Amino acid sequence: MMRLIRPMLMPHRLVLIGLAVALVVWCALTLRWDWLPKYMPLAMEGLWRTVWLLAASTFLGFLLAVPLGFAQAVGPWYLSTPARVFCTLIRGTPLLLQIWLLYYGLGSVFPQIDGIRDSVLWPYLRQAWPYALLALTLSFAGYEGEVMRGAFAGVNRGQLEAARSFGMPRFTLFRRIWLPQAVNNVLPTLGGETILQLKATPLVATITVVEIFAVSSRVRQDTFVIYEPLLLLALVYMVIAGLIALAFRWLENRVPTRRPGS
Amino acid sequence: MEGLLDLLGLAKSAELLSLSPPGWGMNLLRGLGKSLQIAFGAFGFGLVIGLFGAYGKLYGGPVIRDLLAIYTTVVRAVPELVLILILYFVGTDLINRASEALGYGRVEISGVAAGIWVLGVVQGAYSTEVLRGAILAVPQGQIEAARAFGMPPVMLMRRVTIPAMLSFALPGLANLWLIATKDTALLAVVGFSELTLETRQAASSTRAYFTFFLAAGALYLMVTLMSSALFQLLERRSRRGQPSLKGAGR
Repeated sequence: MMRLIRPMLMPHRLVLIGLAVALVVWCALTLRWDWLPKYMPLAMEGLWRTVWLLAASTFLGFLLAVPLGFAQAVGPWYLSTPARVFCTLIRGTPLLLQIWLLYYGLGSVFPQIDGIRDSVLWPYLRQAWPYALLALTLSFAGYEGEVMRGAFAGVNRGQLEAARSFGMPRFTLFRRIWLPQAVNNVLPTLGGETILQLKATPLVATITVVEIFAVSSRVRQDTFVIYEPLLLLALVYMVIAGLIALAFRWLENRVPTRRPGS
Repeated sequence: MEGLLDLLGLAKSAELLSLSPPGWGMNLLRGLGKSLQIAFGAFGFGLVIGLFGAYGKLYGGPVIRDLLAIYTTVVRAVPELVLILILYFVGTDLINRASEALGYGRVEISGVAAGIWVLGVVQGAYSTEVLRGAILAVPQGQIEAARAFGMPPVMLMRRVTIPAMLSFALPGLANLWLIATKDTALLAVVGFSELTLETRQAASSTRAYFTFFLAAGALYLMVTLMSSALFQLLERRSRRGQPSLKGAGR
């Protein structure tokens, strides 16, 4: 604990912290916050939707990224080429365009298919969030597929040979040796990419998914209060990003590694 | 040619995308031009901020270092879309207040200038980190040697630090440039008519969503692939004279 506090006690930092506190107090006292109680329930709902979209899309995207990365790293050409093309397409076009392509494009094609209105899927296809989740998942998979390619290729060859020489079946080798080591090696990158994914979630507000960014836009339109909702929104995103960074640091520390100097 | 398009069922798409007025091709290209203009400006503005930021973080006093740390941390933790809105409102507010104080009345701010300012501030945070890492990777002895010969700081930066760090900085800068081109799409949300917004307008007025979004995707992809190739050339050039590391890791 002292290790955290001591660097904060340097004189110039005390002044900076004082200024920051003064700024917060000034914001709290002089800016307009009277809209806050009224929109609080909606904001909580939006926050939940943001977190849920983030968690679901990173989880599903990672599941998709593992085969994509594996195919690119060691797969035969008929698997590695499509995987590489997919990653290039996703990484080469803006996410906003992908979201709009899926939502407006697919959304305009589906109603033309006969019988789809009577199917069990229709209630979902009419809503916006499945398209948002699909676009975010594919985007995360595209970026992570590239990261996992490097991760799979970077695992020490001797370890794989040792496992094989003991007669370990191929799937067990992948599950127990190859995948865990690949993931361990890129944990810091994955943490950064998860924060990038968090920063991509507000884009789904453009296709009428009411997450936290959409709530702040609605406050701005209803009350004409411009800065306050945006500042609060920035703070919310910073807190979530900080929590993600802490979670990944905790994960990294669980992995026993020899670091230089320790 | 037309027979082939008919055969593939693409005749309608080709008509919609043609460059002369009933087609929307010219609108898309105009949007692409604006996107590239904003991306160039923002990337350049970001580089300037990044160079000052990197030097400030490495050689500045404790206060400057802490302020820069706050800048880079905040910008990298808050979504670009939120920053764009905040910076856009702050920027227009400040300029209008300044011009009213000078007695000119409200001014209309061009979309391109606002886009460059907004994305440049975002890019600046990232390029500060990229350039800081690259400057740190330059062997200290080279900078010390230049200082020992009494080279003035600006000349040292121009002749030694920047050329020596370029090969370390280029991969990161290439990434930043690609991010800049894709981030221009975010400006569609605040209503600048760059490529993505032009595409959406064309798509919603013709109801041919797939045609236009795929065409815009192809344009973005073309820009990405061409600039990747260009950056590879640049990187090879900046590495000339360095020993190859091929096979050294085995």
